[in-house]
Amino acid sequence: MLKIKSYVKVKSIAEAYELNQKKTACVLGGMVWLKMGNRNVSTAIDLSGLGLDTVRETEEEYIIGCMTSLHDLELHEGLDAYTNGALKESLRHIVGVQFRNCATVGGSIYGRYGFSDVLTMFLTLDSYVELYQGGRIPLSQFAQMPKDRDILIDIIVKKPPLSCVYLSQRNTKTDFPVLTVGASLLEDEARTVIGARPGRAILIQDKKGILKGFKEMSRAQRKEAALKFARFAEENVPVQGNMRGSAEYRKLLTGVLTKRAWEMLGGNRNEN
Amino acid sequence: MKISFWLNGVYCQEDVEPDKMLLPFLREKGCYSVKCACETANCGLCTVLLDDKPVLSCCVLTVRADGKHIVTLEGLQEEAKEFGSFLADEGGDQCGFCNPGFIMNVLAMLKENPAPTEEELKEYLAGNLCRCTGFMSQTRSIQKYLAYKKSLQEGGTKG
Repeated sequence: MLKIKSYVKVKSIAEAYELNQKKTACVLGGMVWLKMGNRNVSTAIDLSGLGLDTVRETEEEYIIGCMTSLHDLELHEGLDAYTNGALKESLRHIVGVQFRNCATVGGSIYGRYGFSDVLTMFLTLDSYVELYQGGRIPLSQFAQMPKDRDILIDIIVKKPPLSCVYLSQRNTKTDFPVLTVGASLLEDEARTVIGARPGRAILIQDKKGILKGFKEMSRAQRKEAALKFARFAEENVPVQGNMRGSAEYRKLLTGVLTKRAWEMLGGNRNEN
Repeated sequence: MKISFWLNGVYCQEDVEPDKMLLPFLREKGCYSVKCACETANCGLCTVLLDDKPVLSCCVLTVRADGKHIVTLEGLQEEAKEFGSFLADEGGDQCGFCNPGFIMNVLAMLKENPAPTEEELKEYLAGNLCRCTGFMSQTRSIQKYLAYKKSLQEGGTKG
């Protein structure tokens, strides 16, 4: 059971940071995950009075406040259009609307949960996190870092020309994913992210340059590249087994979903 | 900690523990429509409206409701009765345990999207679990309710 000794709705990020230096303190997100654990929290730090629950857009980027709910993110028209519906696809399978009205993007990203659709999706985009002490760092770097006592303020998504898709496999609707795949063409970069391995989502390095020049390829070449890269991913992405699926099953899924994602990006498949 | 809020339109002030979740708090206030049926934030039975948005009251700290409007099924009797009769007509309330949370989310859905397609309503209501049925009767009841509402707007009556 979750126990909380004191609750503080902070007036500033500085106050939150100071309170959070105590190891038993905890910054609250939407609490949908936190509430399920057994934890004794000395000070629960609530950022919900700081106006961090909105998405702002500038010429170059989207700035998503850490307290933005997953459902608000799902309904954001600009992000929906920019991601070709992929962001919505990554969110809509997460439990239900009531859950997504509670869960926050900051909670999902800060937690760096292995099962996270949200982490997989944002790693697929050109994303950064804004930390109170750490400043702005790429999400791919943040995703690998151990948890510390810093405060996550915003998630930033840069807006280079983008094509992207998101796919996930679930044993049953609304459950945790067995595997998640995000794939994108960010200017010249072909990026593929695999999550729910069940470990934290990772970027697959295209070491053999299979997807190099993907945009300039003919349709048939793209189809071949998608298949070849899927085989590469299947062989090289580290996966494990858990109660939702074995390592063998995840290995197969990695190949199948990676192939589908790149076929979709290459115009050889239409699923989203 | 002292908080103030509106519960089903009534202004209240309370002294609450910092770790008190809204679900048990609401039940102590007599709102027995709000129920816990999973303990994993999955079933939707504890759905209430917090400032008009449907949320899982099992995941909300009561102190976070400070200054907000909480609405439970007890506060939506008329709307619930109206839709509830369609649910009953279609046999969608077999044991009835999941009804309150389901009705709360149906009413929230219709505020957000007054004319959902079948796909849209299935997606919106995916977080409301019913262990008796296969959701077919619930789906039909919503579609018939929507048709009834539409006919009312056009000047017709139920049936």
